Amino acid sequence: MDEAKRPQQSDRRLSRKPGKVRKFLYAMAYIAPAAVIIIVFRVIPIVAAFGVSFFYVMMGKIVGFSGLAQYGMLLSDSEFWLSLLNTTYFVIWTVPVSLFLSLIIAILLNQKIRALGVYRTIYFLPVVTSLVAVAIVWKWIYHPRLGLLNSFVGSLGIDPLMWLEEPKGVFSMLAASAGIAWPKWLGGPSLALVAIIITNLWRGLGYNIIIFLAGLQNIPVEYYEAARIDGAGRVQTFWKITWPLISPTTFYVVIMTTIVSFQVFTLVYLMTGSPVGGPLGTTKVLVYYIFEKGFESGGDMGYASCVALVLFVIVLSLTLFQRKVIEKRVHYS
Amino acid sequence: MKYLRRIPIHLIIVIGAITMILPFIWMLSTSFKTPQATFIPPNFFELRPTWIPDEVILTNYVEAWHEVPFPRYFLNTIIMAGCIVAGVLVTSSLAAYAFAKFDFWGRETIFVFFLSMMIVPQAVYLVPSFIILSGLGWVDTYLALIVPWLAQIFSIFLLRQQFRTIPDDYYDAALIDGCSRLGFLWRVLVPLSKPTLITIGLFALLGSWNTFIWPLIMTNSDKLRPIQVGLSYFAQEQGTEYGLMMAAATFCVTPVIIIYFIAQRQVIESYAKSGIKG
Repeated sequence: MDEAKRPQQSDRRLSRKPGKVRKFLYAMAYIAPAAVIIIVFRVIPIVAAFGVSFFYVMMGKIVGFSGLAQYGMLLSDSEFWLSLLNTTYFVIWTVPVSLFLSLIIAILLNQKIRALGVYRTIYFLPVVTSLVAVAIVWKWIYHPRLGLLNSFVGSLGIDPLMWLEEPKGVFSMLAASAGIAWPKWLGGPSLALVAIIITNLWRGLGYNIIIFLAGLQNIPVEYYEAARIDGAGRVQTFWKITWPLISPTTFYVVIMTTIVSFQVFTLVYLMTGSPVGGPLGTTKVLVYYIFEKGFESGGDMGYASCVALVLFVIVLSLTLFQRKVIEKRVHYS
Repeated sequence: MKYLRRIPIHLIIVIGAITMILPFIWMLSTSFKTPQATFIPPNFFELRPTWIPDEVILTNYVEAWHEVPFPRYFLNTIIMAGCIVAGVLVTSSLAAYAFAKFDFWGRETIFVFFLSMMIVPQAVYLVPSFIILSGLGWVDTYLALIVPWLAQIFSIFLLRQQFRTIPDDYYDAALIDGCSRLGFLWRVLVPLSKPTLITIGLFALLGSWNTFIWPLIMTNSDKLRPIQVGLSYFAQEQGTEYGLMMAAATFCVTPVIIIYFIAQRQVIESYAKSGIKG
């Protein structure tokens, strides 16, 4: 790569020894179109978000220095805690369920099944569909009286549910239907939030399936043949071969699903209504809270940035934590 | 015997696939229904009239098309998507080339710094981006929709990976033979990297077709809004014209689904590739 060391006749530019600065500037000419955009629309806004979180902002105008005071306000902001709780519910339901379902389907699809291509196409279809269309169609599916889903659960002998309009926690509802007294604080996410989780799972499953399929196809067939000859059963084969060898993929899927789930916004924004985040605030999530503070109610962009940075710290620390803890147990073949 | 053992496998896969596809069928089915038909509670296990309406109408499509200025929204999206796809291909190729083949001070540091920007949630930079765009006087212009998306870090990353698989010997040989550096990118790297460039183009295309939050915030006039924002009016509306809503959703997803069906192998492999970096 070091052109300076080679004698050149054909190209005069190369016969001169390019200095460090020259090389740097030359490379910058190629990087600049991308770099300018990334710096202006990514780096600077991110730095600005830090900056503005130390100021009081009203209607988009800075009105005073707050220092860390706004971060302190977060601690006693019940709406913030509520949206953090709802977001956490969203993540801890989405990640394991998505992982479980997509791994099972990927393993089944990997069994040299006929028409694999057709299934792959179908499972992946929701991933390329816009979230706005997904929200509209699922809102219709969840309609309490005219929705398809209530017709389906009705055939299973379940009374029609309110879905997106149901603020009761799902555990409370289950306990109530079983006639058990249940503490309110253990009620769990509202059925409305669970409905959004289901829609989100449906939309994202195909992506994880494709990632798992790619991972599974990287496992050498010989391992399975050896296991079969040694008389290993299916369950044993899974735990001794598939699971350890797929762990880098699992690791990736868990991290990505977690990061993306923490940022849920569009489905909540479009599927819950008047006011968004309803019923009774049980679907209000962090990013919607940021949006509401920063754009809808009074342009309090300083406080919105505080919440956004909390979200960032959560996402960042989860990534670092998972990297540290899980990577130790991940097998790389 | 072996065949019988495989029945449960097929059953799970088929049930899953039906779950994936039913919302689309239900969307289509409703879009052809008369308003009266949409007010009859459906029966999940009944083909008619739940799945196949007794009376098929097309007026929902006509009305939805005119209820909000969809022709304008489509035009806006096509302009936006076209510029972004072309721009991303150019900026990513140039930057990835430098990061892959040039030897300069700070190469890895700058690259890793850019990559680290990807982990920052959009919610963090959305508010300041809005402030910057208003400062530039770009809010509610095409510039606000297009320029910030002309460079995409992940595309640079993918393309750099690809360029690095092409031996440096080619690069050295080409330069010795008098090929300019830009010429090497255009004549050698680009033709050898077509699949990755298609991947990047597809991501840019799907991304700009489906983008919603950004244009929602950065534009406020109908003249500039893209289709997803137009479609969202149907979601927020408390109205009861379900046929119209489903018709609007249908024609907004159809172009992407057509592209997907034509290029499904490339699309799926692109996404599969995107996960390898784990």
